[in-house]
Amino acid sequence: MATLAPTEALPARRGGLPRLVVHLGRHNRAGLVAGAVLLIFVVAAIAAPVVAPHNPVTMAPLNRLKPPGQAGLLGTDVFGRDILSRIIYGLRISLGIGGASVLISTAIGTLLGLIAGYVGRWPEYVIMRLMDVIFAFPAVLLAILVVSIIGAGFASIVIAIATVYTPIFARVVRGPTLSLKHVEFVQAAVASGATTSRVLFRHVLPNVAAPILVQLALSLSGAIVVEAALSFLGLGAVPPTPSLGSMLSENRTYMEIAPWTVLYPGLALGLLVLAINILGDALRDLLDPRLRTQL
Amino acid sequence: MFTFLARRLIVVFLPTLLGISILVFVAMRLIPGNAVDVMIGIGPDVSAKQRAAIAHSYGLDKPLPVQYALWLGHTLRGDMGTSIRTGQPVSSEILHRLPPTLELTALATLFSLVVAVPIGILSATRRDGIIDLLGRLLALIGLSVPNFLLGTLLILFVAVRWPVLPTTGFVPLSQGLWPNLRSLILPVISLGAILMASVMRMTRSSVLEELGREYLMVARAKGLSNRAVVLGHALRNALVPVITVVGIQTGYLLGGTVIIEDVFAIPGVGRLALDSVTQRDYPLVQGTTLVIAGAFVLVNLLTDVVYGLVDPRIRRPG
Repeated sequence: MATLAPTEALPARRGGLPRLVVHLGRHNRAGLVAGAVLLIFVVAAIAAPVVAPHNPVTMAPLNRLKPPGQAGLLGTDVFGRDILSRIIYGLRISLGIGGASVLISTAIGTLLGLIAGYVGRWPEYVIMRLMDVIFAFPAVLLAILVVSIIGAGFASIVIAIATVYTPIFARVVRGPTLSLKHVEFVQAAVASGATTSRVLFRHVLPNVAAPILVQLALSLSGAIVVEAALSFLGLGAVPPTPSLGSMLSENRTYMEIAPWTVLYPGLALGLLVLAINILGDALRDLLDPRLRTQL
Repeated sequence: MFTFLARRLIVVFLPTLLGISILVFVAMRLIPGNAVDVMIGIGPDVSAKQRAAIAHSYGLDKPLPVQYALWLGHTLRGDMGTSIRTGQPVSSEILHRLPPTLELTALATLFSLVVAVPIGILSATRRDGIIDLLGRLLALIGLSVPNFLLGTLLILFVAVRWPVLPTTGFVPLSQGLWPNLRSLILPVISLGAILMASVMRMTRSSVLEELGREYLMVARAKGLSNRAVVLGHALRNALVPVITVVGIQTGYLLGGTVIIEDVFAIPGVGRLALDSVTQRDYPLVQGTTLVIAGAFVLVNLLTDVVYGLVDPRIRRPG
């Protein structure tokens, strides 16, 4: 965080994470709680083999559709698989695919935005018109189109979701880059003979880091929803791999007799997205007080 | 106003539409496999000679830019090819599926506005009151619960227990208004929740912002009632940014229909798009994608127009 310019500095710039936590606790309780929930989800996802009480894909026909308590904490599905364990492994997919695709779109989108804003002229026109076109597709539709071309599977979902979110980062980065181009310290760097890439990555990028970070948090929840939607539609995770989205659609058939098979995965998904949204809002308030929203 | 419209049309609308058509065209050519097989759906039992003949008759042996120009010409005349699965023209398949999707999207937009705008206003005028707190909670949940999850939960908790509402299926308008509306209530709520949440938030913050302005002090000073100040003066200006949110989000609703129509088994364009992908019916994938993305751009254009009508400053060139 030390690379942030003074104007957009995090309150936690000196003192790191503990200071950030203290700041959130003082000014944004909801943000702190959301952060804690997200942390639990992330730890559970990473430590899934240790935390999950059962193997998420092992079938146990004798235990099929057992309600919570009778078999496992959250019950079992039609194949007798433990719902809790499947949720924990499903979080891995949600966070893994969501995180990977958002990171890819952040990297590509930021690069495109920097080039468009700094270089200008025809590269800017080509890049931004292309971004407009991609932006014109509703997220799920674009993802479906990508998956239909390169086939289902994790790699294609990541590519699909990364495609969806790249234009947002390009737009978020281009604006500030455009104005930074004419600021003295950037011009000084140019005058002192710094190469374009050095100017972009050492001088411009640190100053657009704050909006990128906020957008990253907001896009992550969107990406998780798109992954769940694709899996729900049968275009994402391939059975028996548990994904929160595919659990919802697989178990729909039994939801009248076994509501827990749908309810808990849905709750986990909703809670995950809610936590990231609240955290994203808190982060935005922290980094850009002008956009402060009342939660 | 007219030049504003013309400029938006030429600078934004047409290039984006052209870009979409190029993207969809190129996407279909990126599909692994022979273009003839992909677009016409013939099996491996066709000889190379026949294949070349078919390719020639469809113009698939010409250079790509020429193919694109030919294809665009056909598409503009309403000829989007033939569905591999049904053998019907793609355009008639889509037209046939359009009414449920349009009705669903329109009702979802209407629903969210009717609910969100009044609550947003009350939230702002009675800040931190009970309606404000509940409204903010509702908005936060609306933004965080994915539409397919909301739909599934509504089926689970409402339709299953309260059989007045069907769990899935669609009854066309021709079979009576009430049966038609009844089959759409839950889909409309599921689809419209996100729009409702964002409109509610936007209305609230926008009204709050207007309430702090000086011209309202003047309005109050000349003795207008609180009601007249809020509804007659503040709201008019506050709703300008709300229009943008509605425009952008209505576009996203079109994308949401893909999922909601799957959840509730509604035979609309969204479901057609999804089915065409799973059945590898590429001409249909191409057609449905073009139509949905085109509609999205059209909605954005309409938003610009309405925005220009409401806020004269935007019309001015500069």
